[in-house]
Amino acid sequence: MSDATFLEYVVFFSAALMILGGAIGVITLKNPVHAALGLVLTLFGVAVQFVAQQAHFLAAVQVIVYAGAIVVLFLFVIMLLGVDEAMDLSIEPIPIQRPLAAVMAVGIVGLVGAAVVRARDALDINPGTGIDVAQETGNNDANIQQLAANLYGDHVLAFQLTSVLLIVAVAGTVLLTRKWPRSGDDARDAEHESSDV
Amino acid sequence: MIAAIEPSWYLLLAALLFGIGAFGLLVRRNPLVMFMCIELMLNAANLTFVALATQLGDINGQTAVFFVMVVAAAEVVVGLGILVSILRRRPGATADDLAELKG
Repeated sequence: MSDATFLEYVVFFSAALMILGGAIGVITLKNPVHAALGLVLTLFGVAVQFVAQQAHFLAAVQVIVYAGAIVVLFLFVIMLLGVDEAMDLSIEPIPIQRPLAAVMAVGIVGLVGAAVVRARDALDINPGTGIDVAQETGNNDANIQQLAANLYGDHVLAFQLTSVLLIVAVAGTVLLTRKWPRSGDDARDAEHESSDV
Repeated sequence: MIAAIEPSWYLLLAALLFGIGAFGLLVRRNPLVMFMCIELMLNAANLTFVALATQLGDINGQTAVFFVMVVAAAEVVVGLGILVSILRRRPGATADDLAELKG
């Protein structure tokens, strides 16, 4: 066994432990803040797996966008709403819900796992044009350059449309969370709503 | 002598992560935690994309992950906006409490 292979094993299994441990934390911890921290652990584990597979740019984006921006947004909303208290997980509104969910989850994992195991040999084919790797090309920016050429070449229209999507998302969120001024019908609605609470 | 890490291991790991996320989405009642479970499932899909892109030698898989991340960010922003406007009106509401449309 070479040292490099041994290191790959260490990286794979420690990152897999981070991913699965964080994911189990998300679904079992009572406090939403702790669940968000479990999510951070999972996202970092996925970033490590990206690095292990030479997807360096995506690993950086994973840490910045997911572990940075999205989890901070989650924590911000938790603190804004003041829901950072433990929930009682023993309440089950529909008694059969958890066994059914467990059956479905095991079914998904079993089916996908069986498909992967059966299709193992098919994974050895390599029809693509190849991904540039820093060690082989001697160019440290090989991954980001190839990704940029693909993104701004073949997928430039989709890239433009993501800007539309982001603008729509931002404008929609501002519209959704805005407190409307109290005048005319809006004022009556607001009074009605406040009496509901 | 042990073999190098195979791509199927990454796919099995992603399947496990997806299963955990789907289970959590179905059993948790706090809407914020349900959102986190959706993020888990999206990350499982991303892991699959990168594993197959590496194995098949096709950079398009990594580009797809890039787009998934953009859509996930937009989805979280809109979803949390909806949650804020619901929970500001009804503090402590769980997913089961939001049943006004029930006939």
